[in-house]
Amino acid sequence: MTMTPFTAVSGAAAPLMRANVDTDVIIRIERLTAFQRDQLGPYAFEALRLRADGSEDPACVLNQPAFLRAPVLLAAENFGCGSSREGAVWALMGLGIRCVIAPSFGDIFFNNCFQNGVLPVRLPIAQVEALAAQCASGAPVTVDLQARILTAPDGRVSSFDIDPLRREALLHGLDDIGLTLKDDALIREWQQADHARRPWAWPVQGAAG
Amino acid sequence: MARTLFDKLWDAHVVRELGNGWALLHIDRHLLHDLSGPPAMAEVAARGLPLHNPELDFATPDHAASSQPGRVPGTFPLGGRLHGALRDLSAKSGVRFYDLGQPGQGIVHVMGPELGIVLPGLTVICGDSHTCTNGGLGALAFGVGSSESTHALATQTLRQQKPRRMRIRCDGVLGAGVTAKDLALHLIGRLGAAAGVGYAIEFAGEAVRALDVEARLTLCNLTVELGARFGLIAPDARTVDWVRGRPFAPTGATFDDAAAYWLSLASDDCAEYDREETIDAAAVAPTVTWGTSPEDAIAIDGTVPDPAQAADDASRSAIEAALDYMGLAPRATIAGTPVDWVFIGSCANSRLTDLRAAADVARGRHVADGVTAWVVPGSENVKRAAEAEGLREVFEAAGFQWREPGCSMCVAANGEQVPPQARCVSTSNRNFVGRQGPGARTHLASPAMAAAAAVTGRITDVRTLA
Repeated sequence: MTMTPFTAVSGAAAPLMRANVDTDVIIRIERLTAFQRDQLGPYAFEALRLRADGSEDPACVLNQPAFLRAPVLLAAENFGCGSSREGAVWALMGLGIRCVIAPSFGDIFFNNCFQNGVLPVRLPIAQVEALAAQCASGAPVTVDLQARILTAPDGRVSSFDIDPLRREALLHGLDDIGLTLKDDALIREWQQADHARRPWAWPVQGAAG
Repeated sequence: MARTLFDKLWDAHVVRELGNGWALLHIDRHLLHDLSGPPAMAEVAARGLPLHNPELDFATPDHAASSQPGRVPGTFPLGGRLHGALRDLSAKSGVRFYDLGQPGQGIVHVMGPELGIVLPGLTVICGDSHTCTNGGLGALAFGVGSSESTHALATQTLRQQKPRRMRIRCDGVLGAGVTAKDLALHLIGRLGAAAGVGYAIEFAGEAVRALDVEARLTLCNLTVELGARFGLIAPDARTVDWVRGRPFAPTGATFDDAAAYWLSLASDDCAEYDREETIDAAAVAPTVTWGTSPEDAIAIDGTVPDPAQAADDASRSAIEAALDYMGLAPRATIAGTPVDWVFIGSCANSRLTDLRAAADVARGRHVADGVTAWVVPGSENVKRAAEAEGLREVFEAAGFQWREPGCSMCVAANGEQVPPQARCVSTSNRNFVGRQGPGARTHLASPAMAAAAAVTGRITDVRTLA
């Protein structure tokens, strides 16, 4: 299976400027048990998008017409903290989001993004806030992974950092498993040596129920 | 060069350096539960690949299992489907599966250490963010998503980038009635829920060394609520004693060799960290959360914040939203807040020592009118051990419900939810919006504090009940 490559994305950027948005808020656990991964979009951010009676809250930025199918999400610190559920990334993808820009991300969510062709970009909070102000009415941004640059609605261009291995994998939609299995002989060699090095680390078959 | 505990664990598992801080790391143990296990196992099968080392994978249903007394797999129908998938996929690929009612079944992070599946010095992963719990034994244990879980099942390795290292030194001694849970909540309140992003955190210092192993598991459990994937405590004599004799622990001379190695993992004296924090354990009070992030933690004699005093607009609106969700007024004292539910369980606090601490408060008292209080042991073995020493009778006599092991109301993926707007004091680790059910209001606390809330009907300083 190959991942969808990510080269560049252009479009509206929904400003969801609150800190510590956790993956439970991004997608409720019951939705993960009840639906397939490509069906999660309608259930993303239920706690923010819906009022107690189940109706859409027009005050929520994600319900505003300018941001329906916005490919970029702007967020504050620690976006995607909490549970390891990869469904949080699948739910974002279901909304059409391909890139999240925030000062920091939950570590597991950050890894999960790269596994699914979603680009998390880390920028200082002041820069994300300035971008959020410019994007409030739906003006488009462009995020170019090839060139590692972001173009704001006012045309200002800024660069962003990304680990070179991660960038390469995203650009080419590389499949980690295929890559690793090329090293399988090395893995098996390591394991064989490890049996001698750490015999205690290898559970004895049938030793315990 | 002087190395930290983390460095030693990392270095011992590098199969190949990949450059720029990345390495192909060997994974020694992979825990599989009913929610994240089946999709990853099915994906490996769909790719036409075998599991690389099924003898290193261990499965048990916990997340979607009902905790109702007398439960069967289908008591919660969706859970029954996931249970069946995990059981069948495990059987097909030769993975050990611990079924409901069997010794060994339980919350993955309780059963792993309990059976000696998790040992000091190992790398351990699970499709669950609280895998960091296992760092309390000195294992390099971390949560992963489905894709990484699939990768590990197929290759027994993961491609990982080395995190930065942080040490949190807890000097002094915790006061009476103050536990590892209070210490963890206090730390998160002080440092913030994002403090550990990008770090592996080692807990050290006098107060940490004084913790028993189960309390260390609790402390490391909450590392991910500090933002870090890894929490670690160096193995010591207490760890070695705790591990000895467990079903999957090595025996005889192999154990002695292993123990000597485990004791060598402690950070070297001159090892350097990217960040260091120090706290005075004596200053930690029983701690509870008031809001919707674990960082919203205050001492039991504290008051809920006032948005009018917030430093900036963003934190003002965050406090307002949290108070609104929690149904609390600005500047309210947290002690005395009436509660509707009490949940004692979860991978944070469902081990035997946790249940003993709660039972000590429940003994001779009764759950207050209008409060529903549950005790959900972390594993079948914990349940049986607790019953053998009479804890079930203590809880039932006090009006608590004694239930079957699993994640229950911590994750609320099993039909067990706190009703909307109901207020729950919970020994779990997340007070997120909707975590315990849509609209549920969660206050995180220690087992003793949760029991104190159950018997008084209010958030109460357990030290006043002595």
